Amino acid sequence: MARALINVPAKAKRGEIIAIKTLISHHMESGFRVGPMGVMIPRDIIETFVCTYNGEEIFRASLYQAIAANPFITFNTVAIASGTLEFKWTGDNGFSATESVNIIVE
Amino acid sequence: MKRAGRGLNEHGTLVTPPPHPSLASGGGSRLRLAASFGCLAYVMTCFAISAAEIPQNERRSSYADMARDSKAMQDDDTANPGMLSVLDGEALWKAKAGAVGKACADCHGDARASMKGVSARYPVFEPKLSRPINIEQRINLCRTEQQKASPFAFESKDMLALSAYVSLQSRGQPIAPPDDQRLAPFRETGRTLFNQRQGQLNLSCAQCHDDNWGKRLAANIIPQGHPNGYPLYRLEWQSVGSLQRRLRNCMIGMRAEAYEYGAPEYVAMELYLMWRARGMTVETPAVRP
Ligand code: HEC
Ligand code: HEC
Repeated sequence: MARALINVPAKAKRGEIIAIKTLISHHMESGFRVGPMGVMIPRDIIETFVCTYNGEEIFRASLYQAIAANPFITFNTVAIASGTLEFKWTGDNGFSATESVNIIVE
Repeated sequence: MKRAGRGLNEHGTLVTPPPHPSLASGGGSRLRLAASFGCLAYVMTCFAISAAEIPQNERRSSYADMARDSKAMQDDDTANPGMLSVLDGEALWKAKAGAVGKACADCHGDARASMKGVSARYPVFEPKLSRPINIEQRINLCRTEQQKASPFAFESKDMLALSAYVSLQSRGQPIAPPDDQRLAPFRETGRTLFNQRQGQLNLSCAQCHDDNWGKRLAANIIPQGHPNGYPLYRLEWQSVGSLQRRLRNCMIGMRAEAYEYGAPEYVAMELYLMWRARGMTVETPAVRP
């Protein structure tokens, strides 16, 4: 199972700009490296990251081979309503991980 | 006898250069560092070097010389990739294992209390083996003796995770080597290994870490070489690694033959390094460039 760490404020004021930080464990094997015995190590990366806020997509990123291991993605959004932020990472070899956090907006 | 380190990777196996060295993560900078180790060897043969220990009040963690971004990464537990390994370690701590069917937690309870300050005093003398053991070896003794489970391989994901989780419980504590006379001869061996010239470049650890710390070796600032952040997340490695992995890296840079993981020479060096860093603050899991 991929480990993920999410940092979102538990509470925010309506209209406030909040920072969201996400970190996930993934080796992001580029597909360009040569392993033991001179055999290429096949590519194995996260390709897509999506964040939804109460079901609505607010952020999406495409990742490529040049992204380092354990991608750290941070972005801002406006706190509009209490609810759930959901994060989803998908990639090679059927990789899929989901996390969610709740936020209270007053 | 030391064999050529050239063409050997840090695991001691022969490597074929990748078609695009700059694309292979870590490979390019390792070559660069090996080349810069060579330049330094040249400089050092031109000047008389006196190995003197660093005065206590001048000791500094490599943290102090890191870029702002790397410091921020270490300081924020939700940005420090070492914490992902810690999470794995916490799960292992609670998982039943081996023929005995007991988890670490079944005997040791809450690690935050029972493991507090433990790593800060390792390596310790183990009477049953009549020699010192480091924290990884202690964990494996509990695996084999207490849980009747198979030992973790050095540098395996599970070993790094459990040792990171155990060592996190010493974060913020001062390094406190035990005052145990049985350790003294082993620590002396470590001191000798640290000060002796070795490898094709005929360098000693002390020439870099005692005599030339703070200066640059190509793009790297030569650190004092303290063990206070291990296991740690190294950006060049793109992963968490142990102190012994770091020592192997430096030995390969000196073109000396690295020892096997767990070798008594490494434990002796760890003993000396911990004594040399006594009183410094544990940073596990640290971040290093
Ligand atoms: C069946 C009980 C038992 C289990 C299970 C067990 N241990 Fe231990 N552990 C001990 C005992 C007893 C000691 C005291 C040293 C000795 O005699 O081995 C010890 C010592 C230690 C120490 C050294 C403490 C010190 O102050 O030096 C560490 C670290 C440790 N264990 C970690 C672990 C980890 C990690 C696990 C799970 C992989 C584990 N132990 C599982 C019983 C256990
Ligand atoms: C030619 C100079 C040189 C020599 C010789 C050398 N090192 Fe290093 N060492 C470095 C550099 C540079 C780094 C910083 C890491 C990097 O950028 O690769 C380092 C890092 C370290 C660290 C990690 C410090 C930290 O904060 O994580 C330790 C510990 C260490 N060295 C120990 C040793 C030991 C023990 C030896 C002898 C076996 C040795 N070094 C030999 C240059 C050297």
